[in-house]
Amino acid sequence: MSEPLLEVRGLKTWFDTAGGPIRAVEGVDLSIARGETFALLGESGCGKSMTALSIMRLLPAAGRVVAGEVRLGARNLLALPEMAMRGVRGRQLAMIFQEPQSSLNPVLSVGTQIAETLRRRGKGSHERRVLDLLDAVGIPDPPRRAREYPHQLSGGMKQRVMIAIALAGEPELLIADEPTTALDVTIQAQVLALLRDLQRRTGMALLLITHDLGVVAEMADRVAVMYAGHVVEQAPATAFFAQPAHPYSRKLFASLPNLGKRATRLAVIRGSVPSLAHEFKACRFEARCDYAWSACRETLPRWLEHEPGRRVRCHLYDPAQAGESLTDRDFVGDTGKPMAGTEPIPVRGSLLQVDNLKVHFPIHAGLFKRVVGHVRAVDGVSLAIPPGRTLALVGESGCGKTTVGKGILQLLRPSAGSVQYAGEELTRLGGRALRRRRKELQIIFQDPYSSMNPRMMIGDILEEGMIAQRIGRTRAARLERVAALLAQVGLDADVMRRYPHEFSGGQRQRICIARALAVDPKLIICDEPTSALDVSVQAQILNLLQELQQRLGLSYLFITHNLAVVEYLAHEVAVMYLGRVVEQGTVEEVLHAPRHPYTRALLSAVPTVDPQSKREIIRLAGDLPSPANPPAGCHFHPRCPQAMPQCREGYPGATHFSTTHSARCYLYGDGAYAQDAENGAYAATEKTERHVIRSR
Amino acid sequence: MIAYIIRRTLYAVPILIGVNLLTFFLFFVVNSPDDMARMHLGMKRVTPAAVEQWKHAHGYDQPLLWNAAAGGAAKLTDTIFYAKSVRLFMFDFGRSDEGRDIGYDIRQRMWPSLAIAIPTLLIGLLVNITFAMLIAFFRGTAFDLAAVVLCVMMMSVSTLFYIIGGQFLIGKIFDLVPISGYLPGIEAWKFLILPVAVGIVSGIGMGTRWYRTIFLEELGKDYIRTARAKGLSERLVLFRHALRNALVPILTGIVAVLPLLFMGSLLLESFFGIPGLGSYTIDAINSQDFAIVRAMVFLGSALYIIGLLLTDISYTVVDPRVRLR
Ligand code: SF4
Ligand code: SF4
Repeated sequence: MSEPLLEVRGLKTWFDTAGGPIRAVEGVDLSIARGETFALLGESGCGKSMTALSIMRLLPAAGRVVAGEVRLGARNLLALPEMAMRGVRGRQLAMIFQEPQSSLNPVLSVGTQIAETLRRRGKGSHERRVLDLLDAVGIPDPPRRAREYPHQLSGGMKQRVMIAIALAGEPELLIADEPTTALDVTIQAQVLALLRDLQRRTGMALLLITHDLGVVAEMADRVAVMYAGHVVEQAPATAFFAQPAHPYSRKLFASLPNLGKRATRLAVIRGSVPSLAHEFKACRFEARCDYAWSACRETLPRWLEHEPGRRVRCHLYDPAQAGESLTDRDFVGDTGKPMAGTEPIPVRGSLLQVDNLKVHFPIHAGLFKRVVGHVRAVDGVSLAIPPGRTLALVGESGCGKTTVGKGILQLLRPSAGSVQYAGEELTRLGGRALRRRRKELQIIFQDPYSSMNPRMMIGDILEEGMIAQRIGRTRAARLERVAALLAQVGLDADVMRRYPHEFSGGQRQRICIARALAVDPKLIICDEPTSALDVSVQAQILNLLQELQQRLGLSYLFITHNLAVVEYLAHEVAVMYLGRVVEQGTVEEVLHAPRHPYTRALLSAVPTVDPQSKREIIRLAGDLPSPANPPAGCHFHPRCPQAMPQCREGYPGATHFSTTHSARCYLYGDGAYAQDAENGAYAATEKTERHVIRSR
Repeated sequence: MIAYIIRRTLYAVPILIGVNLLTFFLFFVVNSPDDMARMHLGMKRVTPAAVEQWKHAHGYDQPLLWNAAAGGAAKLTDTIFYAKSVRLFMFDFGRSDEGRDIGYDIRQRMWPSLAIAIPTLLIGLLVNITFAMLIAFFRGTAFDLAAVVLCVMMMSVSTLFYIIGGQFLIGKIFDLVPISGYLPGIEAWKFLILPVAVGIVSGIGMGTRWYRTIFLEELGKDYIRTARAKGLSERLVLFRHALRNALVPILTGIVAVLPLLFMGSLLLESFFGIPGLGSYTIDAINSQDFAIVRAMVFLGSALYIIGLLLTDISYTVVDPRVRLR
């Protein structure tokens, strides 16, 4: 490696709090070469963002760098006066952030915000350059967009504008802090491709900060894994993905859900991240590590270069510490253990049957707010969930999947269609009858915190639903049940007397699950229950849901955008696009033999950690259209790589490929083939092959 | 936008009718015309005939809401409610119980009120924003803490203290300007300068502290971090980014009270003897002239509604995210 571009040595960043300093970053060493992509990987709270902000010297007020050096070329950035540091920011170092929404100034036009960076390089008009930059980041119609304000752009566009701002200074290093975490997968694929492309053209280096192993696999040349304030492993990406070295890195991989792990327990990292309020004298992963032994509790592991270019901080690799050599040890741990009783429950009829469900929201306009149109959030969705099975409803933001969940529960009254639960039509129920039915249909949300009253104790939160549904005659009986529920979700009974804010995200989600279980439901609608959680915590929740299904025979409607979770957990899948289901079938059918062009694009856009699967990414152009004004004909046609003239004319009917698998796309005829399922499927396969060949 | 304004104006009608009814009931049901007549005639010569005569002279001898004796539309119009309250909707304020033309009085007296209120508002705004930005620039330091403590102290002191203190210090000890009184025309500035200064100083504590909070909130936002990451100077970050956004709540807050400036300041005007609408209201209350009080309450609520409408419109001007439909 030539002279590094940026070198971080022994960086320590502390946060001052009333209870003493929090050691957010405790001795981070990194070096980034010119033009390379360096990924800093870690779960929330590990200090990865604080490392980036320390490099930029943009720490929030309570944070301060206590020790260390950040060398950019010959200069130590931490020793520069603020004036000189300003010259470095935006020129040599640029940064983009996770939330493009809030990271742009809402009252300044896009053009102004880009020109600001340019103006520092010289006076005069920068209009030409602003337009060039907008063009370079793939924003259509730059002259119009430059005059617009951030709220007029979609999330993906905003992140492109952020990238344009960063590029304006022609930086040598771009720090991207979770740049695609807030974006949908197809948009994430666009932004990652853009970053890679720009990097190739400009030769800038990229420091990519992320929690997503898939993104790292897609982008990085080298990887550093952070845990509890310091780096525990550094390696070239290929070597890292072939075989991660540190026990923590291995656990991260093991806790990723995928098809191969179906019906087995995902690995979990026991316990939780240690408090960073005190100094560590020993390995900070010790309490959670499966391999820990006496040495781990006594001394801090040092950096060891066990292979050229691969460094790890773990006693296992230290000849001076390890009693037995690494290879003698079994790395499997408790992962991959089959779940108890994994035989599939026989399917008998369906518990929930949704037919042609429509939820339309009126648009008001004019002097008297007359209804001038409708947002067709859900426009004719049909689903069926048998008892004891999981149906995953997949789609990107704004496709209407959450609205389907609310429509089923009658939290939003459907505009049309039927929702039958155990043979009873829910759309016609009202008042008391509906309330009685509600106890069998429960919902858990993405953000467990905001769905709990912060001033109620956990015990009361769980009891509340039981009282409403008249479960348990006496207080004592109910409390006994609360304790049993908590045990069922893996919490101690003494949490009853504590408040929601005392728990971590994963624990709160457990509490929400216990609350749903309190009224003995048959069906739980899980609305993105793990999207806000770290992978290792997500694994715990998925294990729990899987286990509860086995034990209690629950049905799940699993609403998510995460296809790996679907692969792991679901039996059937329905893919939604702009208010309609475009393809449905069993997991094997939809995820492994997708027919609809949207499903294919969605699947190909998900970054994967498997180095073998160098699949072709089908890149979709443009953003999701608004459901208020969906494109005529097949809603997907403006973005579809295989669109035909016919697609503009009407919405395609469903074509069946098997008794379970169907898609709505003209490539497979127009629903006319539906009766002749075998034939349709055959003809369709041929047709697709031709199209795929042509589109390459 | 036009549709929005029209719709909001239509919404205002029921609100104003409600306000009107409410004041009507407060004044006429709680305090019947007979009581009013007795109060005006004084305690000595109250004979039923004198009461009837006073009521007739001032138009209070009609039924309150419904005149069963009259015919046709007059059933509604020959009532006290119609005669005294409904006409307010045409901004026809009628005559006071002393017989003066209220509309004329208001037109005369609003100028001194505005002459105090407008400079107080504008200079006060400038002073408060400057202080608030200065404090925000030194956020987290001892200066910040001291400034906040000072603001709270200034807020806690009554406006009366500033008035009396100002009159005593500037007017009496240094004898720079007259303590109170008013002259129309160019000479007026002598009488205005002290109340304006007192108005500004008494508002500093509250205003500065509020604006400081707004600035600190904006400075904590993500887009400020982006601006810093661009390498912009602290001056640009504060003025172009933070100030532009902080002005959204500040300006719209100001616009809401703008129309109410007409109403004048009750305290300042009566203490400094300024013949504005504030002192007009106070005097009317003292002399129990309900016609004036009713007119001022109605005017106040109408102006308040206009203020709310202006607030919404001003949002569309300063905040590109807001569109009225
Ligand atoms: S040093 Fe010990 S406790 Fe720490 S990761 Fe290695 S084996 Fe586990
Ligand atoms: S119907 Fe046409 S536009 Fe729609 S997905 Fe199929 S090929 Fe694409």
